[in-house]
Amino acid sequence: MDNTSKRGLIGRLRGAGWGLVALVFLGGILFWGGFNTAMEWTNREEFCISCHEMKDNVYQEYRNTIHASNRSGVRATCPDCHVPKEWGHKMLRKLQASNEVLHKILGSIDTPEKFNAKRLELAKHEWERMKKTDSRECRNCHNYESFDYAEQGRRSSRMHQTGLNEGKTCIDCHKGIAHQLPVVEQAIGADKGGATPEEFHPSQPKGAEGSAAAH
Amino acid sequence: MNTPIFQSARLLAATLAVCLAPTLFAPQAVQAATEGPVKLQSLRGAEIDASDPEGEGTRYGRDQPVLPRDFVQQPPLIPHAIRGYTITKNFNKCLDCHSWSRAKETGATKISVTHFKTREGEELSSVSPRRYFCVQCHVPQSDAKPLVGNTFKPGSGLR
Repeated sequence: MDNTSKRGLIGRLRGAGWGLVALVFLGGILFWGGFNTAMEWTNREEFCISCHEMKDNVYQEYRNTIHASNRSGVRATCPDCHVPKEWGHKMLRKLQASNEVLHKILGSIDTPEKFNAKRLELAKHEWERMKKTDSRECRNCHNYESFDYAEQGRRSSRMHQTGLNEGKTCIDCHKGIAHQLPVVEQAIGADKGGATPEEFHPSQPKGAEGSAAAH
Repeated sequence: MNTPIFQSARLLAATLAVCLAPTLFAPQAVQAATEGPVKLQSLRGAEIDASDPEGEGTRYGRDQPVLPRDFVQQPPLIPHAIRGYTITKNFNKCLDCHSWSRAKETGATKISVTHFKTREGEELSSVSPRRYFCVQCHVPQSDAKPLVGNTFKPGSGLR
């Protein structure tokens, strides 16, 4: 049965001509390769800067941080943190981000003043996105299962072990590592209308119930 | 408490300076006219109006336990690296661990209650904004070579 259906398929293919099949196959490879190359081409720092409002604000802030310049020259550029690596998530994120192109055209945040007025809201969007995905983009490079706590500093070793046992995710603590932070309430001076302590250090991490129960 | 002494010491210094100024500066002015300006240089050998020569860069050590204090009222030293720890109008990285609300979770030393006072000594319910810039008094340490000799010994009660 299996044998005959196979022969049927091959027969049909033979009817259409092996040449056509090969052509479609090659075309597919070319199209897919071309599509991915184009997609990768949009994942470059220069391309990001050309359409997202960032050259004079967040990009400048990023240039002084460890992710842009460091001892060994291994860098994490914009897409490494802001664009998912998996194909499906990547396409979705790219579609969502096209909204920012609209705002680039509208000039919604084209001055430092306008940008800073929106900084808290924009930062919260990124914190939320990272939180939802359990800091997936951080973990593309930073795998906490490979942490060597003996190599880490006194403070990081302690905080990483406690935090991860409590089911926390990278972004719960590591905010503002590549760009400047928005206003954060720190109980000093007058209320500045910034991120609340609860927003800045969420006490109930996602999936904490499960992880906490396990320990 | 100490203010009257300081004031009188300052007064004394000022009076002395005024009295001695003509005798001190007059001969120098004559010298300057004949020999040209006195060459001044910084401790690191650069001209005083130029930047210091570029060294090998300051390297801050790894995290250490709390460091001892050498004189009474010394602001505690920072026993860890503070690279990238910014203090901006929006956010103070130090407070993120050393504030009272965060210290328990992070295991950091709490900010002293002496920082909860206004300049006039009025007690506040939180850290006074005048204490916002931590690194004005608290500094990290590196094992840099001392530029000049030093015979300073910690106070007897701190040894």
